[in-house]
Amino acid sequence: MKFGIVRFPGSNCDADAYRAVTEGLGETAVYLWHKSRDLESSDVVVLPGGFSYGDYLRGGAIARFSPIMGEVVEFAHNGGLTLGICNGFQILCEAGLLPGALTRNRGLRFRCVPVSLRVERVDTPFTSEYADPDVPAETFSGFHRAPVVQIPIAHGEGQYTADAETLDALESSGRVAFRYVNGAGEATDAANPNGSANNVAGILNEAGNVLGMMPHPERHSIRALGPDDGLPLFRSLVRAVGTS
Amino acid sequence: MNHQPQPRPGDPEISPELVENHGLNEAEYASILAILGREPTYAELGVFSAMWSEHCGYKHSRPLLRNLPTESAAVVQGPGENAGVVSVGGDWCVAFKIESHNHPSAIEPYQGAATGAGGILRDVFTMGARPVALFDSLHFGTLDDPRSRYLFDGVVRGVGDYGNCVGVPTVGGEAIFDAAYEKNPLINVMCVGVLPVSRLIRGEAEGVGNAVMAVGARTGRDGIHGATFASEELDEDATSSRPQVQVGDPFTEKLLLEASLELISRELLVGIQDMGAAGLTSSATEMSSRSGSGIEINVRHLPVREENMTPYEMLLSESQERMLLVAKPGCEEAVQEVLARWDLQAAVIGKVTDDGMFRVREGDALVAEIPVRPLVDECPTYEPEARESDEVEAQRSRLDEIDPEALLEKAGGAARALLSLLDDPTIADKRWISEQYDTTVQTNTLAGPGGDAAVLRLPDRTRGIAISTDGNGRHTYLRPRTGGRAAVAEAARNVACTGARPLAMTNCLNFGSPLRPSVYFQLREAVAGMGEACEALGTPVTGGNVSLYNETGGTPVYPTPVVGMIGVLKDISRRVGSAFTDEGGEIWLAGVTREELGGSAFLAVCTTDDQGNPIVAGEPPEVVLEAAANLVEFLVTGAEAGVFRSAHDCSDGGLAVALAECAIAGGQGFDVFLDRAPGGDSVSGATLWFGETHSRAVVTAVPEDADRVREIGAECGIPIERIGVVGGAVCRIEGGGHVAELDLTRLSERYKSAIPGRMGSEPVGVAR
Repeated sequence: MKFGIVRFPGSNCDADAYRAVTEGLGETAVYLWHKSRDLESSDVVVLPGGFSYGDYLRGGAIARFSPIMGEVVEFAHNGGLTLGICNGFQILCEAGLLPGALTRNRGLRFRCVPVSLRVERVDTPFTSEYADPDVPAETFSGFHRAPVVQIPIAHGEGQYTADAETLDALESSGRVAFRYVNGAGEATDAANPNGSANNVAGILNEAGNVLGMMPHPERHSIRALGPDDGLPLFRSLVRAVGTS
Repeated sequence: MNHQPQPRPGDPEISPELVENHGLNEAEYASILAILGREPTYAELGVFSAMWSEHCGYKHSRPLLRNLPTESAAVVQGPGENAGVVSVGGDWCVAFKIESHNHPSAIEPYQGAATGAGGILRDVFTMGARPVALFDSLHFGTLDDPRSRYLFDGVVRGVGDYGNCVGVPTVGGEAIFDAAYEKNPLINVMCVGVLPVSRLIRGEAEGVGNAVMAVGARTGRDGIHGATFASEELDEDATSSRPQVQVGDPFTEKLLLEASLELISRELLVGIQDMGAAGLTSSATEMSSRSGSGIEINVRHLPVREENMTPYEMLLSESQERMLLVAKPGCEEAVQEVLARWDLQAAVIGKVTDDGMFRVREGDALVAEIPVRPLVDECPTYEPEARESDEVEAQRSRLDEIDPEALLEKAGGAARALLSLLDDPTIADKRWISEQYDTTVQTNTLAGPGGDAAVLRLPDRTRGIAISTDGNGRHTYLRPRTGGRAAVAEAARNVACTGARPLAMTNCLNFGSPLRPSVYFQLREAVAGMGEACEALGTPVTGGNVSLYNETGGTPVYPTPVVGMIGVLKDISRRVGSAFTDEGGEIWLAGVTREELGGSAFLAVCTTDDQGNPIVAGEPPEVVLEAAANLVEFLVTGAEAGVFRSAHDCSDGGLAVALAECAIAGGQGFDVFLDRAPGGDSVSGATLWFGETHSRAVVTAVPEDADRVREIGAECGIPIERIGVVGGAVCRIEGGGHVAELDLTRLSERYKSAIPGRMGSEPVGVAR
């Protein structure tokens, strides 16, 4: 089981993702240089957070032209599991693998805070390990029983924006994977840290093999450092690869 | 063809005015003539001006700094390098340093602060260390002043955007708001890096013939004479100096960081140094001075981004994100390959020589030739007259006639005073700042902003480092020696509250003009006090920065020595936080309370004199060095034994504020009787609640451990008493004839809305 972590110039959460995989999960990770065209047989590709190309122009706008992105797009189109975190989410949107865009936070300030996320789906390759074993997946309806997890955000451009049609399509096809909520699991405006449409924190592509999210699961994946609510996401990927 | 350097066509003629405009006095110019044996060229004059500026040459501070202790078993690299380095056990070392960027930030807060962060990051990674944390110690005017709000906002965004982009968490610091800093804010940034001992490299230029290379960003005309600018008083119309402020590019910095660490790990380098203040001049001459060598460069080979730059400009530019390095023989191409991989420049601009000269050519023309040793090490130093101002003496004795209880009554009673203090931006919650900083990137953060000290995990995964920055300008103003001691003692105490043992420190000395006898007195005394505390606590100084001339219109800022302390936590699982978390836990006060209300936040915030001004008066609390050391021992011992469930230092606002902070952090109320505090029955009520006597801490333990707490207190020579219990939704304090019973939610709201309320934004409402 191998995670390929892409390093763009300006990536700065690449080592964190590496550590979450190796120390938190006990699996193998390799760095993939942005100028390379080889995914080195990775089972999962991770586009980590940071400021690729300094976020000049727009977050992710330049990185999508890196040589490796051609391979990543092909990998994703062929069903490869692809995870974009923070700047990685922005790159996935810029590359057309996910719809919509990430714009400046409401309030126009960088925000680094722990947030509560509601896991909207536990039947995806990215979230299966969040399922409560006592609640069968098919009865997973209504949001009150959905798991709520604590994962930090750290971004200045994380306001998820899309046209009404796209948002409707995302909602009706269950492609919102994570939503910002309060402690009671309610997606209120006060619980929305950046003004994202519908409190969206993470979305899936149509095929369900590409996830982009602004919060940083890799920062909450090591027990010795505190909460580890991000680890089930990586465990879910291991399970998905193991059963495919 | 060893001619003398000739004036370059277009150079201004060397005149007394030109010399004076370069910040050099007649005696200094005479020394230059003696060193050169001739008149300097314009470029040479610029070089001397920069190297003999206060900022680079430490003219007025060097004789004082010599007395600070700089050695211990842990110190691997003391002062004089890009950053100090200490061994933290195993194969691991920590490189760290603090630096000021006061004047640039007063003019252009965003870029001033950003480039301050950038410079100190480079100082740390040029030692071979990966930067793991930034800290900022910020001093502004009060937030009712619109310009102070503008500066504060810009500085926070500047530090944040730079650190966030480079991917180094800003995990702590302090923010002080006082009218004394209104015209001249203080922006000090500290960087901490971690390195395996084998990767340590220094800023040295050894090996005759080795290539000297300029890497990173291209050189432009920005920041020319920044070092000289930093060594002058700020003009009333200082915005005209804006071109001297550099512009930062954190993206290039991140690339330079990765490239530099790769060059060092692959052992391609002899030495490396940041082109910081005084740019190419200081990096080239300091590197050759350390090695006793010489350096020859040709400015034609320097990658520039503007046309027609003169040697003068190229030598003195402070364009950011540049490094000077000396490659190992035959490694030039490998260096260039690494830089190219990171899309950066690397150009051979000269070579190491053995004749002790700093020689600069422009093509074939010789434009500067200066002996390195006198240029770098023989900057004239001064020990001017030192005399305490009468005004300060008067302020100190002003409290003698005043009854503290009458002041407390005037402040509206104890409960009201506590609420006022929690609403004071200096004491209040700093999340408005820290939420704009990435505090968790690199996944090492065990304790971020808001506690006594930040704690980071070390790469061995079992040990950690604790870091704190501290200083108290008000106390230092009233009694500089005490203030110098206090900065060290408080920083050590904060580090020890987490269970870490203080190891070494860096300092940033922010003072007014040393030519003012009252200011030089403050500087001399504060440094002496600092040295005494360093000796007593076993924490040597491994480097730092001096920022003088922090004054406008003849009024200096409060003398503000800031200390950045590093401590080592043996076992991160035994880390102690400041929050009251365990309902039913017993609250203990360690350390004696004395009648010391002078210089307190209570006086400054809750009371006013007849003219309506805050009262800054009295003798500030004394720092009893033995007690300071004993308290550190007590805190570390209790943490290592696993006895303490929380520990929090008593400082600004005294015991009442310390208790409230523990409660707010943990979401648990408390019930406390202050009269039981050691020494509590012999002081006034106002002092018992709000006095800032040093060497005290609030700790909690489970009731079963009460005997252990007493034993540890006795072993360490710390008087200790149980003063209350944790729990409930109410914070109740009784003592000294006063009672306050306040809902925790009310205290918490006050504390958390103080800064957002003044900055015009709501407290951040994130899911609870």
